[in-house]
Amino acid sequence: MARTAVSGRLAWRVARLAEFRDETPTARTLVFELPGWPGHLAGQHVDVRLTAADGYRAQRSYSLAAPADGDRIELTVQRVHDGEVSEHLAGPYAVGDPIEIRGPIGGWFVWRPKDPEPVLLVAGGSGIVPLMAMVRARRAAGVRTPFRLIYSLRTPAEQYYADELRTPMPGLDITYVYTRELPEGRPGIPRRIDVATLNTAGWPAEFGATCFVCGPTGFVETVADILVALGHDPHRVRTERFGPSRD
Amino acid sequence: MGVVTPGFRGRARGDDPRLPPGQYLAQDFPVLSAGPTPRIRTDTWKFQVTTETGQRLQWTWAEFLALPSERPVVDIHCVTQWSKLDTRWRGVAVDVLVGGLDTMADYVMVHSYDGYSTNLPLADLLDGQAWIAYEYGGKPLAPDHGGPARLLVPHLYFWKSAKWVRGLELKTRDEPGFWEAAGYHDYGDPWREQRYQGD
Repeated sequence: MARTAVSGRLAWRVARLAEFRDETPTARTLVFELPGWPGHLAGQHVDVRLTAADGYRAQRSYSLAAPADGDRIELTVQRVHDGEVSEHLAGPYAVGDPIEIRGPIGGWFVWRPKDPEPVLLVAGGSGIVPLMAMVRARRAAGVRTPFRLIYSLRTPAEQYYADELRTPMPGLDITYVYTRELPEGRPGIPRRIDVATLNTAGWPAEFGATCFVCGPTGFVETVADILVALGHDPHRVRTERFGPSRD
Repeated sequence: MGVVTPGFRGRARGDDPRLPPGQYLAQDFPVLSAGPTPRIRTDTWKFQVTTETGQRLQWTWAEFLALPSERPVVDIHCVTQWSKLDTRWRGVAVDVLVGGLDTMADYVMVHSYDGYSTNLPLADLLDGQAWIAYEYGGKPLAPDHGGPARLLVPHLYFWKSAKWVRGLELKTRDEPGFWEAAGYHDYGDPWREQRYQGD
């Protein structure tokens, strides 16, 4: 990431939608043109601000989905019911429309290509977004850091970045967990992520892997608890939670 | 006013005077933390207050529960833009814990069992503005919300209300805590939208 004064980094900039791709019927990847973008680390997020004609404003945080491509950045927005921002961004928001963005933000849930430790990524649903940024940053940097990705989904139709993840990437092992519906022809029954999954598809604790866990709160709590129980150092288990709590 | 995004209307204007700028009302109680939820046992739990001269006060869980408590009903505001109104807590006012100390400190570093820390001016923890809370909604504070005890300082963004607290370090010099060193604002007033350094 380019060194930039904090005040400049966190100033609002006007971005415009350059292109978009639908990942699923309810999730859309938005590519913004953002002149003067200082660059970012995989795992960081931005704040997005929308202003209505009468001055009403709404602001949300979204994870960056990919390394910067010059002045272009990517977010993937999941449309949530009654979500005033996500329904606009993943709906009528059109190429050329302006929006305000500031960032990058967050210095903890980040992965740097120079980090030598093996990496475990555990995604629940749309929690894949910042983890995909790490997968893409690894590929872009051409490093061989061993990566394992466990991606939990309700159904195959809800998968983001499906074509890209189908293309083998040396050194990246991917395990899918389906909680409601399996892909055609896959044996077994739908199930939730559990100790066996993390024990088999993760790294042995003594490898000292850095674990990044992102998803709904209940999912992250479960996975982080299991990783600690399996012997992973709690300080190497980095989490990003969204959505309501369990209670 | 910033740039207008064509076609964006937003939801119906509540104009709730209790909602700081940029915040929306959360129906639930979201959980945000940087790592796994630590499970802190109350039989080994201790809470410690230290001063710049090395003076130290310490309470066990039983001693802490025996301190005079209050039941604040407060609005809370998270930097990730949700707010929750009229949350009901029970805890010990920080005044009770530090009231008897002889100190010239102006700042406090709050320490947690998971290694988390956050910095605040001491003045913001006094005069009935802050508590070490151990009940939420009439029940023991759940681990994912910071139980057995967390700091509650509702007039600042909620990351200042450190979970799983183990002590207050009174200091004469201000130093950034965990999120503050990562770019979040040193003070964090939601009414002035002090989210990040430089706001």
